[in-house]
Amino acid sequence: MTVALSGSEIASQIEKQFPGGVVESGADSLLVKGESLLEIAAYLKTTAGLDFDYLTAITAVDYYDCFEVVYQLTSIKHNHSLVVKTRCYNRDNPTLPSVVGLWRGADFQEREIYDLMGISFEGHPNLKRIVLWDGFQGHPLRKNFL
Amino acid sequence: MEVEEVYSSSELDRKEGKAINELIARSQEPIPDPDQWLDEELKRNILLTSVDAMLDWARRSSLWPVFCFPACCAFEFMTTAASRFDISRFGMEIVRASPRQADLMITAGTLTWKMAPQVKRIYDQMAEPKWVIAMGACAISGGIFRSSYSVVPGYNRIIPVDVYVPGCPPRPEALLYGIRMLHQKIAKMSIAAKGK
Repeated sequence: MTVALSGSEIASQIEKQFPGGVVESGADSLLVKGESLLEIAAYLKTTAGLDFDYLTAITAVDYYDCFEVVYQLTSIKHNHSLVVKTRCYNRDNPTLPSVVGLWRGADFQEREIYDLMGISFEGHPNLKRIVLWDGFQGHPLRKNFL
Repeated sequence: MEVEEVYSSSELDRKEGKAINELIARSQEPIPDPDQWLDEELKRNILLTSVDAMLDWARRSSLWPVFCFPACCAFEFMTTAASRFDISRFGMEIVRASPRQADLMITAGTLTWKMAPQVKRIYDQMAEPKWVIAMGACAISGGIFRSSYSVVPGYNRIIPVDVYVPGCPPRPEALLYGIRMLHQKIAKMSIAAKGK
C-alpha cells in the first residue's frame, strides 16, 4: 500500500534547501509559500529518494480569507505519497504558479480550478474555462457565489 | 447558408459561449406542449379518417428513438430496451445514432446549458413527424438541480415535449407506460391538421 509521508519530516529537508519556503507542516500535509511552490515542487519531483513523479489530483478550497490549493503527489517508484498545500490571500485576483511544466496531468485540473474557483495559474499554456462556457459570470465554487 | 470558418479553439470557445448565452436568453419560458390536436377530433375531415388511422398506426408502431442520454436515466432506458422489459414489442428496439433515422427522442438525463445546443441540434435534425418523451425528474423540471447555475430547468425550455414520465429515475414500467401514452397521443393525430 502507498505510504503517506509525514509533512513534518519532509519539511525539514525542504527548509534546508529553500529557507522560508515552508509555512507550516503537520503529520498529513505540508504548507508552502506560493512564491516558492514551483521550485519546491520541482525539488520534490527530481530529488532522489522522493521522486514524486505522479500528480494524483489538485483541488482548491475556499476559506473566505484565503484560497488553499492542495496538491496530492505520489511517487510510483517508491510507492509513497505527500500532500502539499499552498495559500493565496488575494481574493480579487488570486494567482499561483502553474505546475503543468512538471506534471502534464495538472493541465485540465488547473483549468477546472480556474473555471470554478477563479484562481489564475501563471505559466499555464491554455488557461480558459473547461466545464462552463466562455462568457459565464462568476466562479460557482467560491463561497460568495449566488 | 453561409459557412463560417473557425481556426483557433479559443475562437470556437467564444462562439460557443455566445451561442449558449443567446440560447439561455431566449429559453426563459417553457415551450408549450404540442397537444392542440387532441381536442380537434370533431373538426376532422371525415374522408381522411381511415388514412389517418393507417398512418398513425404505422407511425406509432415503429418509433425509433435517437441517442440522447446525458445522465443516469439512460440506465433505466437500457433496462427497458433489454430483454426483460423489451421495447422491441413496440418496434422500438433500434436506437439510432443518427437523428435523421429517428422519430422519438427520449431525453434520459440532466441537461446542462453547455450541452443544450447539441441536444437542440439533434432535435432539429430529426425529420418530421417527431416526438419527445421527457424521462425523469431532471428532464421534466431540472429535478434536484433545478436551481443550479448550469442546469436547464426542463427540456421544454429548448424543445417541445409530448409526454412527461416522472421518477428519479422512472422504473422501466413507468417508461413503458409513457410510451403507451405517446402511442395514444399519436393515434389522435391527423395528417390534415399538422400537429406541431
